Amino acid sequence: MSPSAAEPERLPPDNYLADGHTLWSWLTTKDHKRIGVMFLGLTLFFFFMGGVFALALRIELLTPGRTIMGHLAYNRMFTLHGVTMVWLFMIPAIPSAFGNFLVPLMIGARDVAFPRLNLASVYLYVLGASIALWGMFEGGADTGWTFYTPYSTTTGTAVLPVLLGVFIIGFSTIVTGLNFIATVHTLRAPGLGWMKLPLFVWAVYGTAIIQVLATPVLGMVLLLVALERVVGAGIFDPARGGDPLLFQHLFWFYSHPAVYIMVLPSMGVISEAVSAFSRKNALSYRMIVYSTLGISFVGFFTWGHHMFASGQSTFGAGAFGAMSMLVAIFTAIKIFSWLGTLYRGSIAVEAPLIYTLGFMFFLFFGGMIGVAYATTSLNLHWHDTYSVVAHFHFIMVGATVMAFLAALHYWFPKMFGRTFPGKLANGAALLVIFGFIATFVPQFLLGNLGMPRRYADYPPHFQTLHVASTTGASLLAFGLLCIAGYLAWSLRYGAIAGDDPWGSEGFEWKSQSPPPTHNFPVTPEYPTGPHEYAPREAEVPHAA
Amino acid sequence: MPPEAATEHWGSEGARQQAAHLGMWIFIATEVLLFASLFTSYGVYRSVYPEAFRAAQLTMDVGLGTLNTFLLVTSSILVALAVHAVREDRPGLGGVLLGAAALLGIVFLAVKGVEYAHHVKEGSLPGDFYRLREVPQVGASLFFTLYFLLTGFHALHVTVGVGLLTVLAVRSASGTFSAAYTTPVELGGMYWHLVDVIWLFVYPILYLS
Repeated sequence: MSPSAAEPERLPPDNYLADGHTLWSWLTTKDHKRIGVMFLGLTLFFFFMGGVFALALRIELLTPGRTIMGHLAYNRMFTLHGVTMVWLFMIPAIPSAFGNFLVPLMIGARDVAFPRLNLASVYLYVLGASIALWGMFEGGADTGWTFYTPYSTTTGTAVLPVLLGVFIIGFSTIVTGLNFIATVHTLRAPGLGWMKLPLFVWAVYGTAIIQVLATPVLGMVLLLVALERVVGAGIFDPARGGDPLLFQHLFWFYSHPAVYIMVLPSMGVISEAVSAFSRKNALSYRMIVYSTLGISFVGFFTWGHHMFASGQSTFGAGAFGAMSMLVAIFTAIKIFSWLGTLYRGSIAVEAPLIYTLGFMFFLFFGGMIGVAYATTSLNLHWHDTYSVVAHFHFIMVGATVMAFLAALHYWFPKMFGRTFPGKLANGAALLVIFGFIATFVPQFLLGNLGMPRRYADYPPHFQTLHVASTTGASLLAFGLLCIAGYLAWSLRYGAIAGDDPWGSEGFEWKSQSPPPTHNFPVTPEYPTGPHEYAPREAEVPHAA
Repeated sequence: MPPEAATEHWGSEGARQQAAHLGMWIFIATEVLLFASLFTSYGVYRSVYPEAFRAAQLTMDVGLGTLNTFLLVTSSILVALAVHAVREDRPGLGGVLLGAAALLGIVFLAVKGVEYAHHVKEGSLPGDFYRLREVPQVGASLFFTLYFLLTGFHALHVTVGVGLLTVLAVRSASGTFSAAYTTPVELGGMYWHLVDVIWLFVYPILYLS
């Protein structure tokens, strides 16, 4: 991706970044692009923090017995890692950062439907994150990110501020989701019908439905745990007649769909990147759309598969298992469609494509293991072992982080108008993917051998695999730091990208890069769907 | 007319209104889900402790509960009439009706306060504070935990609604709204009907047995 002589040497002067340079102009902005950039900065910060916590865990597990921290510190550390990564990074990362930035651009709108609410969602997020982190550092909850009762209602650590923080972040999520649904329904440019929408918009739309319908239940269940701690409400306490399993039902009613809050927008990113870097429209656009909506619908009926070992009826377990497998079918439809799109496409090997392939591998591998988990017999063998840790990291990190990095690289020129060093980015991408595999494959093996999760200590014969995992984690961390380094450098010194450096026909590239404050001086026209590449273009090798 | 700043990124006023209504419906859906988790908990524990729940229900003051139902339904009718009045370009009348509805909301909260005072005196309180002598069972304390959660959250919504209706009443009376600009009154009305409808489910499961 080297700039040719014909390309401009300065960013367009009327871009949204130049519209006010003061801190105040950012703090009071109602521009969806600036809000997206703020979310990107915030989520990247928490991604870094969560990564530091993860490394601390891996270092502790380097040797049996105490390495750098004791048992309580370890429990607090994995809670810190989980809470930061799930609630502060993964849930808001792609929808709030890239969704906010791109959805209006992709549908030819000047902003989201409710810009003031959108700004409020940033402040809610900051407030919630501050309260949660303050609680974590002040008292340090040790419940894990799931806050299971009765432990969460009886432990002496500072669970209350963490619950409150996550509760407030939930409102930020709801506001974002509400905004996206209203935006997609009412602000599409004239002539842009539903079946012409970019697949990323569909993915964000499907996510928004989950955000809006599932998050209130989480809010209520967190409040109930808080009440349980404060007034002994008794809802989840067997001694007072309550049932701790009710907590698990209500919690997973939100938190399983929340997995799709993390994965669906990632799938949207991948759909865009696959089309852009193979110069073809999606093989079966409609099937991807229907499977997106299918996942957001079926996702609401699969929560019971987190509770196979909690004493469900056989019928209940069977029903939840079958529903969970449906999700795998929808996911497989997407993977086939992506592969079919790549097949005989004009492939451009750029960093976003490498992450896309990584995403597909991790999602497929992790997903197939997920199907194995959906059978109750294997589930019982692997329950609460390191296999589970490795499985959900393959899906949540392997897939979501890969898609997040793909999005970051693909849309970096859109957001900031500059390109990054392409070869370096490709190298870092390979390093990240390799580091990731090296971190988690040993954990699958550990779990299968019987290493339970959430322990700071282990018998010496597990050490080899733990050392392998920690080595992989270090490689992964190094790769991520490389990315941070060259992207920060590119922000200031990167070559000017021009409006469409990838030659993509995605709708977001119809505007200038970086876009002006109101996106489109003239509302664009939409004669075709997104990524409709003319046949001759597929034969021309594009600049690498 | 709507303020200029609010319309700048909209193609038409119609699209803006459509978005406002859609946004409100989505918000109502989130509220329904919020209460749904409490209704679910109620259903679960009522099926676990049917006798205790029945005994606890018999100690409730059906008269006050029915009075409150009457108050809320009446205020909902007033709000519906207010929306109608504003659409007919009579914002003054709309303001009076909205004010009356807000007043009924305040009376509802006062009645709820009286009931809560009774509960404090009797000791029919949630969790650790439960000391009702007539119904000593474990399940009854859960009934009152859920009673306070359901009515407490509902009362919170009534309080917000009274505030909204008051603001809308003042703005309507001062002529902000007209047949050409009804959206805020319509949205406020939708919220108030939601509060009313939730009560129509809370009332029978807590008071009628």
